[in-house]
Amino acid sequence: MNRRQFLKSTGVSFVVSGIGAAPWISAHADAAPIKIGVLAPLTGVVAAGGREMVEGTQFYFDGIGNKVAGRNVELIIEDDASNPDTALQKARKLVEQSNVHFLMGNLLANTGLAVANYVKENGTPYFIPIIAADDLTQRGRINNVIRVAGYSASAFTHPLGDWALKQGYRRILTVSQDYSFGHEQCGGLVQVFTEGGGEIVQQFWHPLNTADFSPYLGQIANTKVDAVFVMENGADATRFLQQYANFGLKGQIPLISAMNTTDQSIIRTLGPECEGIVSAAHFAEGADNPTTQKFVADYLAKFNKIPSLFGFSMYSGAMWITLAIEKLGGNVEDREALLAAVRSTELIDSPLGKPVKLDPYGNPIYDVYVRKVLRRADGKFWNVPIETYPNVSQFWKYDPETYMKQPPYSRTFQGIKKS
Amino acid sequence: MRVGHQGAAASVVAPAPTRPIWTASIVVLLLAGLTILHLLLSNYQVGLATEILIFGALAMSIDVLAGFAGRTSLAHGAIFGVAAYVVIYAVTQLGITPVAAFLLGVVGATLVAALFSLVSVRASGVYFLLLTLALGMIVWGICLRWTDVTGGENGLRGTLRSGLLRDARVFYWVVLVSVALLSLAMWRFVRSPFGLTLRGICDSESRMHSLGYNVHFHLFIGFTLSGFFAGVAGGLYAFFNNFVSPSSVALLQSVQGLLMTIVGGVGTLFGSFIGSAAILTLQNVVSSYTERWQSVLGIVFIVIMIFAPEGLIGAARSFLTRVLGKHPRRR
Amino acid sequence: MNAFQLLNGLTFAALLFVVGSGFTLIFGLLRIVNLAHGALYLIGGYVGFSVVVKTGSFLLGAAAAMSAVAVLGFVLDQGLLRFVRGHELREVLLTLGVAFVLDDLALVVWGGDSLTVPIPEVLQGGVRVLGVFYPKYRLFVLLAGMVIFATLVLLIQRTRLGALIRAGVDDPEMVEATGINIRRVFLVTFLLGSGLAGLAGLMGGAFLSLYPTADAEILVFSLAVVIIGGRGSLAGVAIGSLLVGLLNTLGQVMFPELAYFVIFGPMAIILAFRPLGLLGRA
Repeated sequence: MNRRQFLKSTGVSFVVSGIGAAPWISAHADAAPIKIGVLAPLTGVVAAGGREMVEGTQFYFDGIGNKVAGRNVELIIEDDASNPDTALQKARKLVEQSNVHFLMGNLLANTGLAVANYVKENGTPYFIPIIAADDLTQRGRINNVIRVAGYSASAFTHPLGDWALKQGYRRILTVSQDYSFGHEQCGGLVQVFTEGGGEIVQQFWHPLNTADFSPYLGQIANTKVDAVFVMENGADATRFLQQYANFGLKGQIPLISAMNTTDQSIIRTLGPECEGIVSAAHFAEGADNPTTQKFVADYLAKFNKIPSLFGFSMYSGAMWITLAIEKLGGNVEDREALLAAVRSTELIDSPLGKPVKLDPYGNPIYDVYVRKVLRRADGKFWNVPIETYPNVSQFWKYDPETYMKQPPYSRTFQGIKKS
Repeated sequence: MRVGHQGAAASVVAPAPTRPIWTASIVVLLLAGLTILHLLLSNYQVGLATEILIFGALAMSIDVLAGFAGRTSLAHGAIFGVAAYVVIYAVTQLGITPVAAFLLGVVGATLVAALFSLVSVRASGVYFLLLTLALGMIVWGICLRWTDVTGGENGLRGTLRSGLLRDARVFYWVVLVSVALLSLAMWRFVRSPFGLTLRGICDSESRMHSLGYNVHFHLFIGFTLSGFFAGVAGGLYAFFNNFVSPSSVALLQSVQGLLMTIVGGVGTLFGSFIGSAAILTLQNVVSSYTERWQSVLGIVFIVIMIFAPEGLIGAARSFLTRVLGKHPRRR
Repeated sequence: MNAFQLLNGLTFAALLFVVGSGFTLIFGLLRIVNLAHGALYLIGGYVGFSVVVKTGSFLLGAAAAMSAVAVLGFVLDQGLLRFVRGHELREVLLTLGVAFVLDDLALVVWGGDSLTVPIPEVLQGGVRVLGVFYPKYRLFVLLAGMVIFATLVLLIQRTRLGALIRAGVDDPEMVEATGINIRRVFLVTFLLGSGLAGLAGLMGGAFLSLYPTADAEILVFSLAVVIIGGRGSLAGVAIGSLLVGLLNTLGQVMFPELAYFVIFGPMAIILAFRPLGLLGRA
């Protein structure tokens, strides 16, 4: 906090304006710290995830001694309160008052979109390991917004839809939170599933923070389906899984889900309700890859919990950016160079245990695990891969330009192929 | 409803008589100070000052109703937000010019206020508060669920300012002038015969009724007009933020606006800017040190309600009265 | 509406009744709109959760929840509200401030994860009722709601305290004029109302789970229930809970776009024409 007053009183306030700001190469660049603005929801509805985002970030930088390319790393953490207006305010504060070199973080898609709109104007690099809004790397992509170590919502449900067909499922219904993240995840699965001949019997959309799923569960119990696909995030996921089991549906109808629903942040506090649920993601904390296991063990030792998506993604994102900065020799002031470096850097030695590259649109290409929730020897639950789809892009097997011609997934457009 | 209690129970604190010289001179001094500091402040702080002006105008619109008609509303945040939604929607989806969009936004907000007013004209006191709370929540629910128009969770975003207005300082001056004009309008309104009638209604509805005034009509116009003022503030906010989301119409917006009004002093009109400055700077400072801003906000509420319900200006005034030994003004 | 939806609506209504009855007692007698009621629910739930997890006893958790929140209520009433007695709006806004603080404090103490109160063994699983397989615990909530309703009615109609409360709701000044210490009646009522909120938190925490912002949600429902039903009327709360519970369940499946409108629309309409609620009196 003293450093803020120091900056003000020395009159160093360079006005951040215009797109593609001219590189400001200071003679003291090597000594001055690299300032990273971290935005995360530390209060509000996704507070638990936000906390883990910060933990994951700090875990990485502490691990490398808080120094990159000879410069100290300074993390300035701001709470976005799970709310886009606050996210915008804090982004402004970080860029215009704290003069960070780049921003990273945010969890909820709407907070990410708000901040992206802001950085579009002033060119500050913005890295989003968690924000999954499809369009940020598709139709609405912005030059200085890159999804390092992140994913676009529909990227993992495309292969999951394929997997469902391979299991012989022909009739599915979906239950999802009614916002763009839910629409996109469902859309990905629905499009691939219907194109392969499957039928979507019904789609339930409910507002975020639905306390009571019984109305939907009642309907599900009365409908003949091969499986239920559920897309829930945060508290809704916990509640849905518990109520699904309480209403006796767990043993009766197989459940496949979005990765968020079976994320550690959810299943950590659950019991057998979550066992056996299948989801698809780039990360599975139960994968027997040695790098992954080492990361899980270290994280468990430090934080006394198995890492979730939030901790893992920020950790990997921080690693990715660090690799890029090292390539630049620490010159983060040159924004164009930084963005180019990040784009061309391959992520190696991350907890994924395999190298990851960005596609030309700023989104990583992953091997996707189809993973199942299983019980560990110590009684805890975690996700273990049962099948792998290699090199999955955000566009699945479609041609990018053709894919982007179809509208973004929404409540009204789910990519359903009428047979 | 018990007759005698109406005046006192209807508002947070019995509205204080406005001492124009007092509050106006404070504001002039502050403006002068701001103008000088303005040249030294960073872009971020200029942005903060702009926000203080915009939310001060919102708080003032709440004060018009609470301080003079004795109706405390929790819907003004929603009215404010509606204006912002209309403006951004008009510019980004309909391609309307910014100025025309701004006017549309103000009209939209005024219409919503008129609608709210029709529903709530017969309620007063706590029931009025709860009813406006419910109405605000309905607007919030619509903004959240009508995704095709409002963008749902994601809200609406765009680039509304072009050319010179892009500069934070130029925009600040534009907002300053607009808000000054708006405040003047509000000030003139409360001192007009219509405004005085509202104050009479606040004191005693039955008395005004027996004197032949159409109480409901006056309240209706008063609420609608205060909604108009809130709408102007909301329109300015759209240009400031380039972004609107359901949080902009949520209950918290109305609550913070009301708090600013109270902190400045209900019935002082210009105190709203002091309230706005106090709350926004506090928020800025506090959130640099801790995530517990919500607790701090809650404590401020509690402390103000117990120790200074008449706001900072009111508290200053009573302090000076005691210190300087002046006779307290009779209502 | 099939049996399933009906049961869903009724069980949710039962929870709303427990929370709403506490709210209306305080609103009815003390004329305080306690906007911290939702926070009391949440903290009650969290405290109950911690106790149940530590001791394994649901009953102990319920007792802990009720007493902890009653203590909070005591502090709120005696420590804070006494400074603003008689000023309705100041009281309301003060409780709003308290709600903010309590909600934030709960986040600090229990964190942001969604926590669910463990259901006792005997209530786990489901039974066939009305032709559907329904969770035992939810039926228990329905039963508990009815038992609490009966208990409260007995309390209000058959005991001296109840008579004092009824008299106080009608005319507090008259009660005081007859020499009765109305302040003590107020305090007991406040404790009772708060305790009910805490109990509801534990009950709700088992099937709806506890998380930041759950307090705001339940407060919104409580407001709707009490406003619709009318200030100070237990029957009103019962009717309001049924209305809101059933409307909410129906609305969720049939009109998900109108989520809040389904509840606030009727509330606004009722308030517009009957400013005191369906069964309320001035």
